[in-house]
Amino acid sequence: MITPTYVAQQIINGVNLGSMYALIAIGLTIVYGLLRLINFAHGDLMMLGAYLGLLLLSATFTPLALTLLLPMLVIGLVGVLVERVAYRPLRGAPEVTMLITSLAVSSIIENTMVMTVTAQPRAFTLPSGVNQLHTVAGVSFSTLDVLTVGLSVALMVALTLYIRTSRTGIAMRAAAENLRAARLMGIDINRVVMTAFLLGSALAAAAGWLWAAKYSTVEPFMGFLPGLKAFVAAVIGGIGVIPGAVLGGYLLGFAEIFFVGFLPPAFSGYRDAFVFALLLIILLIRPNGILGVSTDERA
Amino acid sequence: MKGSTRNLLVGIAYIGLLGGLLWLAQSTLNNYYLRILAVIGINIILTVSLNLTNGFTGDFSLGIAAFMAIGAYTAALLSLPVAMKTASFPGLPAWLQEVAVPFLPATIVGGLLAAGVAVVVGIPVLRLRGHYLAVATLGLMVIVRIVANNWQDVTRGARGINGIPPVSSIWWTFGWAVVTIYVVWMIVNSPYGRAMIGVREDWLAAQARGVNLLRTRLLAFTLSAFFAGCAGSLYAHLITAITPSSFSFVITFNIVVMLVVGGMGSITGSVLGAVLLTLLPEALRQVETALASGGTPVYGLSQIIIALLAALVMIFRRQGLFGGKELRLPGMVEREMRD
Repeated sequence: MITPTYVAQQIINGVNLGSMYALIAIGLTIVYGLLRLINFAHGDLMMLGAYLGLLLLSATFTPLALTLLLPMLVIGLVGVLVERVAYRPLRGAPEVTMLITSLAVSSIIENTMVMTVTAQPRAFTLPSGVNQLHTVAGVSFSTLDVLTVGLSVALMVALTLYIRTSRTGIAMRAAAENLRAARLMGIDINRVVMTAFLLGSALAAAAGWLWAAKYSTVEPFMGFLPGLKAFVAAVIGGIGVIPGAVLGGYLLGFAEIFFVGFLPPAFSGYRDAFVFALLLIILLIRPNGILGVSTDERA
Repeated sequence: MKGSTRNLLVGIAYIGLLGGLLWLAQSTLNNYYLRILAVIGINIILTVSLNLTNGFTGDFSLGIAAFMAIGAYTAALLSLPVAMKTASFPGLPAWLQEVAVPFLPATIVGGLLAAGVAVVVGIPVLRLRGHYLAVATLGLMVIVRIVANNWQDVTRGARGINGIPPVSSIWWTFGWAVVTIYVVWMIVNSPYGRAMIGVREDWLAAQARGVNLLRTRLLAFTLSAFFAGCAGSLYAHLITAITPSSFSFVITFNIVVMLVVGGMGSITGSVLGAVLLTLLPEALRQVETALASGGTPVYGLSQIIIALLAALVMIFRRQGLFGGKELRLPGMVEREMRD
């Protein structure tokens, strides 16, 4: 039965999922814009963020805010470390080389987790107040949902302001437009790339925490599919463009929820298949995404 | 004697040698080692065919597991005995239920279906530059797995298909490996192969010389998918039971590592990479079990070492062991390229 309340409920779910996709997609799109690297390890940083959050949550005295902020900081630094160790030695190498390396990094992170904490899924439980349900005019949502959307929007606004106004942010945009020219203008590319990994990974960690809280569980391979879908979101919005990643994230979130919510239940098992079918369609009709500009590669 | 006739004779001699070695293996090794040997053959097929896309054309496909799954399911459904089909697959269409196709044609149909899917995915994706193919093919893997999990009538969902006739053997897998190597070798040394290498080295220059980018890339991708599909069938008829999770990303990743360790753009490198990296995890698995602390093996260790190997090769020896060059087998002479 499709009632206005039902539609409103689906919209809330869509905003919720979309926020998380947007957070993940931002990190992917900044890195792609700078290095033309599809960072397959991004989803795994998200997973690490969730595990670190779980660790802090199990220590009863940690304030809730800290269980989210500390993973963001630590995983941000892990992202910087990954770039320094694995990607920087490959600067200027063919794109494929970095792509393979990021697959390897992803596998190393996942399997290190399998080795240390086992592949067994673990419960991720928040203090009871956070999961409390509210009902307004028949539409229900939890405090966590409000937190997810509020935090995501706040982080995205902060990031946008930073990219638009700070010196490093401006350098980042310049480098994304033309890396070689930016270097000639005296921009420290390593610093820019480092900042990109720091910010992107911190956002991924936040998304990981929220994701784990939403589905109440963590496991070492939880980052693979969201990471891949967030890349689809980035492509839909226009890869390399930050507002595009946000737009793509929300569109994908809505599309996925509506696919499940408004089609007969028999289809709901095909939800993820729908996402990637969508990617193929987008690549066919608008390969540069919605906000992307056609940039012809210089030979 | 003309070079080509001589190469033909030398080639036949090598195939004879391979046959002798396989016969020796067949009569001395136990089933465990024979199975590993058969898997080596399958991995050679996968690595050499992936080389066509990822090595020679410079596109990055991660669709191996997806194409293997398509080939495996198709061939298994074709070759299952009729009695088993009526018992386990009441929902199958009648025409499929009443036939039990022999192994070879079933395998070829499996490969063709994988190639057909590759065309459907390839046309939108390969028109674009950049590595969209990597994500699109990973997406394909997710789609294939979901279809395999949900299409109960045909795939039996998560229960998978079992009781597949155990007809695959080292003879089949190495036979297919020889065919794959021959086909890829012929393609790479033909004008099509030159076009592929041209696309990889400088697509703009290649295009200016009249190379049709989409057609060239699609040919490599589709052919690669065909052999991956056949390999899937060989695999299904070797282990006799398949489920959607048999074709996970780990397979794709390991084949990519075999390719980069051997050196992208080298067929002999691919063969060597496949042999080494099939044996290495098998050895490491023993280590995982030996290191067992409190009864549980240290899972993940072998995969970490493989990934580390890939990362180190990328950072310190990007060209892999063979660096795009071929190991010349003694007796072979260079094929003359005629203009």
